[in-house]
Amino acid sequence: MDSLQLLGWSAVVLFALGLLGVIIRRNVLVMLMCMELMLNAVNLSLVVFAQRGDPAAASVLVFLVFVVAAAEIAIAIPIVLLLVRHKRSLDLGSYSDLRG
Amino acid sequence: MKLIVLLPLLGFLLNGLLGNRLGKRFVTVVGCGLPIAAFAVALKYFFDLRAAGGAPIVEVAYTWFAVGRESLEIAFYFDRLTAVMALIVTGVGSLIHVYSIGYMKEDKSYARYFAYLNLFLFFMLMLVLGRSLLVLFVGWEGVGLASYLLIGFWFEDPAKAAAGKKAFITNRIGDAGFLLGMFVLYTALGTLDMDRINAAFMATPAPAVSASLVGILLFIGACGKSAQIPLHVWLPDAMAGPTPVSALIHAATMVTAGVYLVARLSGVYLHAPEASAAIAAVGLATAFFAATVAVVQTDIKKVLAYSTISQLGFMFLALGVGAYGAAIFHLYTHAFFKACLFLGAGSVIHAMSGEQDIRKMGGLAKKIPITFWTFAVATAAIAGIPPLSGFFSKDEIVWFALASSRGGSALLFAVAAPTALLTSFYMFRLLWLTFLGKPRMSPDVEHHVHESPGSMTSVLVILAVLSAVGGFFSIPHALEAQLPLPALAEGMDRFHYAVVGASIAIALAGLAGAAWFFGAGAARAERVRLAWPVANRVLSGKYYVDEAYEALIHRPLLWISERVFLGFGDRRLFDGTLHALAALGRGAAVVLGRVQTGSLQLYALLVLAGIVGALAWSLRNV
Repeated sequence: MDSLQLLGWSAVVLFALGLLGVIIRRNVLVMLMCMELMLNAVNLSLVVFAQRGDPAAASVLVFLVFVVAAAEIAIAIPIVLLLVRHKRSLDLGSYSDLRG
Repeated sequence: MKLIVLLPLLGFLLNGLLGNRLGKRFVTVVGCGLPIAAFAVALKYFFDLRAAGGAPIVEVAYTWFAVGRESLEIAFYFDRLTAVMALIVTGVGSLIHVYSIGYMKEDKSYARYFAYLNLFLFFMLMLVLGRSLLVLFVGWEGVGLASYLLIGFWFEDPAKAAAGKKAFITNRIGDAGFLLGMFVLYTALGTLDMDRINAAFMATPAPAVSASLVGILLFIGACGKSAQIPLHVWLPDAMAGPTPVSALIHAATMVTAGVYLVARLSGVYLHAPEASAAIAAVGLATAFFAATVAVVQTDIKKVLAYSTISQLGFMFLALGVGAYGAAIFHLYTHAFFKACLFLGAGSVIHAMSGEQDIRKMGGLAKKIPITFWTFAVATAAIAGIPPLSGFFSKDEIVWFALASSRGGSALLFAVAAPTALLTSFYMFRLLWLTFLGKPRMSPDVEHHVHESPGSMTSVLVILAVLSAVGGFFSIPHALEAQLPLPALAEGMDRFHYAVVGASIAIALAGLAGAAWFFGAGAARAERVRLAWPVANRVLSGKYYVDEAYEALIHRPLLWISERVFLGFGDRRLFDGTLHALAALGRGAAVVLGRVQTGSLQLYALLVLAGIVGALAWSLRNV
């Protein structure tokens, strides 16, 4: 197995871990981190595939995704903080106010 | 001619919009001055008409609207009949305006009163001057509105407001017939101009529409406006309005609109023997029944109200036997003496501090002599004592009821003559109980009895003089060129003087009867009353017509509205359908709401499953 393939597989594993975390963990902060993990797994796969094709464009794209991810987390963290301050809990179960 | 119509409208606008701010003097000058000016203009047109030898003056004021090639215009039409009506309306109207200055002096809504009165004149003049039935109809509805506003003038009293509503609603029933008649005419002839309608029915070949159908439909409208059986119930209640209003609208002018309508469309009715027979029958029945009710009424205005209904019945009787000129003649004399009687009654009520019950009057003749003498002249006029005006006009009607070749018969005469007797009897009874005999009011009221101010008594004197001499101006003769009197039935000529003699005898018999019954106290009348308790109760109850309508129409309608329309239709059908739909939505929401568990993880899992499913599907199929 060459290194590119290894990196590709590790991207898959990272994504699966992130997804698993979002689905089974109930702590809001941890879920947020898992989402970031998924995002970066996708980023990694982007880099890997870029090595096989046109490297310059893909590298630019990766940096763009970084910027978007930074912006996203800059908004998501304050939202989570406000939620936590509101309910004094990190447990997702206490946020199901709109349940039918 | 626009001027005749627009002057009262201007008065309405000025008094209605500015009257309260500019004070009583302004209201009086505008409210009375403009009708008098309208009278002057009408007089000018009357002389123009005479100079032109009676050729109708037509003036198009405005094209209302055009539909396709047809256009309906507001045109005024001034012929002999219009001249008589316009002069009565503006002349008697102006007099009553002047009388109102004194009568309404203390009222806090003085400006509103004159505004309504001017509005009434405006619509009434539209009615008599309009060339097209549509313009007439606008006036017709307008006078109904003004009548409603003035009957309910003191609307703080619920009974008076209800009386206004009753008049308005009863008239709507008649108006339905009027509208249908107009539709039929327009469909058949393509015009609503009344002179053209008459011409079309006079021409050969006759138009393809039954004259009797049109006649009956329009007569239903006339029944409502002119208070004929079975739509007469609103007029006695209409006495809730101020007395000058009763004189102007509910005696002299508005209620005669039905008579005017039939006379105006005489061309149609000449070709509608069935409709004419119906008119004669309804008119005579109304005249007779209203006269019998008037005999036992104790409210001075109610006696006059039933008397008005009865006299209108006489007019319709004349119309029914083709004597259109005689009907208009009676309309004209009636306007004078009935206005005089109502205004006299107003003066009595004024003197009695608001008392209207004639059982509590008596002996007023010496205290209010001007009112008494004018009232007495008008009473003699309506009773048909020669040579006062009522004698000529009523004699003419009774004569044609017997002798007209267009449906006159001995049967009509046999009912009309006793009705004339009753008229004379109840009018002299009213005169006796009110003015003669011993005073029956409380000393307190007696002390306050006083003659009315000059603005009121001068009007009474003018109207009394007109009631006395009005009969010498022979309206049927003046209208002969336009509304020829019917030919006499064969062999009737020789009865003419007998009928005139009978008329005089009848009037005097009524006077004698009233004198005998009420001259020496009311003991004799009381004995009759006790001897015939059932008759007295039926008459006092006005034949229970109101009660019958209540039981036959009002209650079933109420029941249907309550049970069928409200209970079943509205509550069950409409509300029920909507409630069922809402319940369906709510039930579906309960079921679908379960999907929203609030568990973020479940959502994520479902999204994942969806993505995986979509990918798997696309791998296999794409």
